[in-house]
Formats: sequence, structure tokens, C-alpha cells
Amino acid sequence: MAHSGINILFAGNNFGRLMAGLWNSIWIAAVSLVIGLIVGTIFGVLRTSNSKILRLILRLYLEFFRIVPTVVLLYLVYYILPELFHINWSASWMAVLAFAMWVAAEFSDIVRGALQSVPESQREAGLALGLSKVQLFRYVLIPQAFKLELPAMINLATRVIKTTSLLLIISVMEVINVGQQIIEANNQQYPTGVFWVYGFIFILYFVLDYPLSAWAKSITNKQK
Amino acid sequence: MNWTVIQQALPVFAKGFELTLWLSLIGIVGSIIVGVLASLIQYFKIPVLSQITTAYVELGRNTPLLIQLFFLYYAFPVIGLKMSAEVCGIVGLIFLGGAYMAEGFTGGFNGVTESQISSGKALGMTNMQLARYVVFPQGFALSMPALTANIIFLIKETSIFSVIAIPELTNTALDLIGMYYRSNEYLFMLVVAYAIILIPIILLLTWLERRVRYGAFGD
Repeated sequence: MAHSGINILFAGNNFGRLMAGLWNSIWIAAVSLVIGLIVGTIFGVLRTSNSKILRLILRLYLEFFRIVPTVVLLYLVYYILPELFHINWSASWMAVLAFAMWVAAEFSDIVRGALQSVPESQREAGLALGLSKVQLFRYVLIPQAFKLELPAMINLATRVIKTTSLLLIISVMEVINVGQQIIEANNQQYPTGVFWVYGFIFILYFVLDYPLSAWAKSITNKQK
Repeated sequence: MNWTVIQQALPVFAKGFELTLWLSLIGIVGSIIVGVLASLIQYFKIPVLSQITTAYVELGRNTPLLIQLFFLYYAFPVIGLKMSAEVCGIVGLIFLGGAYMAEGFTGGFNGVTESQISSGKALGMTNMQLARYVVFPQGFALSMPALTANIIFLIKETSIFSVIAIPELTNTALDLIGMYYRSNEYLFMLVVAYAIILIPIILLLTWLERRVRYGAFGD
């Protein structure tokens, strides 16, 4: 009996399993982003501080993540955390750690750039009003910098979502990993299943990322 | 950390190092060619082709390289197109990189100020002359930061080739770890190898970026 390949997506509970895998990718991306953006903001503010040593350390932190590919980063966390620090988290949380550190590095540079492009007069006006350093950042600099960094922040989010595709290398049950299992299990019945499953996942990623990157682009165009 | 382990692995790593360099070079050159063509098609708004190009750029930029590679490597043979892992890697990298490069160049062209274009028109330049003497030279200079970022990005993306068993740097390290269970040493070598490739390139590109901007605007 001939089977149309596309039915592999809906046979049994395949569709539900793929969606559960996708959910795994999404929550890992979301949690990493939240942690990474908070830590990145702190690092970014500190990178405008007067302490040379602090600036150097944070700069080196950033450069490390610029040089090491994310694949390698995932393996570093996966192998070294349990061995050197005896930390035995699940693969998903190790991925969150790796991604959050990476996001913090990238975002610290975005925040630093945005803070430095807030006009000097704003800082001076704030200080003239008697704002403390913390108040100055909280009410003047960070809100203004936020507008400038929003497109870069959204683009970073799209990159994190795309990068969740790498999670299969440390055996997280994300959407591609689930897809592989479905393909292998149904290979007899659906020899062309591989085409449909990977094609479907390709489209899933596009559906997640395209609205975000279009949004970032429209903000950039409005700011011009 | 055991230094003899590192010493013994050096020749194997050197091979992976070389392959990473080659694949990156081909991928970058290919991506620049595709990117320039795509951005020109979009700039001149060539009918039909420019819509196809826009669709390609959005698809390439908004999907991960890993799934692009899986599709090329595992799904294409089903419809009768079988390519070696290396060819899949290069095709995938150029598909991804071409889209990023196109976006970068288009951004540069769009960044050329209105006053430059109206000055050109006031001088009686035709659209072709405007493109050739005003928009492209300034646009390429403006897209240098994007070009630089993309080159570094593409080199790092070659690490994903390890999932379709191309014996580049990352795959080499993983193979060694699998054989000898020495993750500290081999991961250390892996990070150092990427640093050796990327640090000089980052420095060179930063320098070049400054030169091009200086040449174009004199500021």
C-alpha cells in the first residue's frame, strides 16, 4: 500500500511529540534569554565604570564568547561542569547555563554601546538634579538606552532560538532530536518521511524567527 | 591537563585545522558572491527575481544552519540528489551566509544618505551612474561592519559541520574524546585552535574596517 510521506507528521502521536520537542526548545531559549539579558545589562553598565580592571575582565569575558563557537561552548559545559565542579544538572539546564552566559556576553556589549550613545547632556542634567548614580542609571540612562538596543535585543533572541537547534548534540529532547527518532521509527512505513519531517522543522523555525526579525527591522527603519 | 596527550594529538588537530580553514574560505567567498548578486537584484528591483531573492534572504536568515544541513544531507537523497558531507556543508554555509551578506550589503546601500543621491541627480547623473559612482562605493563602505561580523560568524558556524561528520576541528576533537576519554585536553586544544584562527582575523578585519571608512569618508 502506497503511503504519502507527509502523513508521517500526523501518524500516531508524532505531531504532539514534535510540538513537545519544540516547546523544549522554546522554554530553554526563553529562560536563557531572561537570565542572559539581566546579567548582560549588569555587565554592560559595569563596562562603563571607571575601574580599568573590571572593564578588562568583562572585555575578556566578551571576547571569549566571540571566539568560541556555540557548539564548542555546549560541549565545554557538558563535559567540564560534571568533571571539574561535580555539578550534575540535566542537559537542558546545562544548555540554559551555556546560552545565558553567551547572551550575557553579547548583550553586555549592546548595552555598553547604547549607554555610550545616550547624549552627555542627559547624564549631566540628571546629576544636576541631584540624582544618585543608581537613580541616574535607573531613570535616565537605561530607559533611553533601551530604545536604542531594542532591535539588537530582538535579533539576539532570534539567534538564541536558531541556536536551540544545536541542543541535540548534548542529547536534549528538542524538536530535531524528536524528529530524528520519528524518522528512524517510521523508516519502513514512510521511506520519504525524512524529507517531510526535516522540511516541517525547517518551516517551524522560520515561523518562530521571521516575525521577530521583521519586527526588529521595522523598529530600525522607524528610528532612522 | 596532560601535555603528552596534547602533543600526540597535534598532527590530527592540524588536519582538522586545515579543513576548517578551507571550508571557511570557500564558504565566505561563496557567500560574498551570492550576497553581492542578491543585493544588486534587490537594489535594481529586477521584477520576479527580486521577490525570489527576498524570499531566499528571509529563509536563509531565519532558519538554523543545522536544519539546513540535515535537509541537504538526509532529505535531499530521498528526492534523488545525493551529495557528500563536505559538499552539503559548503552548500549549506553559502545558503546561510549569502542571505546574511545580502542583508548586510542592502543595509549599506540603504544607508547612503538622501543628500548624496539628490546631489548626484542634481549633477545630471543617470541611475546607472548614480549606482556606480555614488551608492555602491559608499554603500560597500557602510556595510563593512556587517561584512566583518558575518565573516567571523561563518567561520564559527563551520563547527556545526561536525554533526554531519565532516572531519573539521570540532569533529576531530569529538572523535578524539570518544576514543581516548580525555575531554579536558582535547577541548582545551579546540578552544585554542579557534582562538588561533579568529584572533588574527578579528584584528585584521577591525583594522580594515577603519581603513575603508577612512578612505570613503575621510573622517
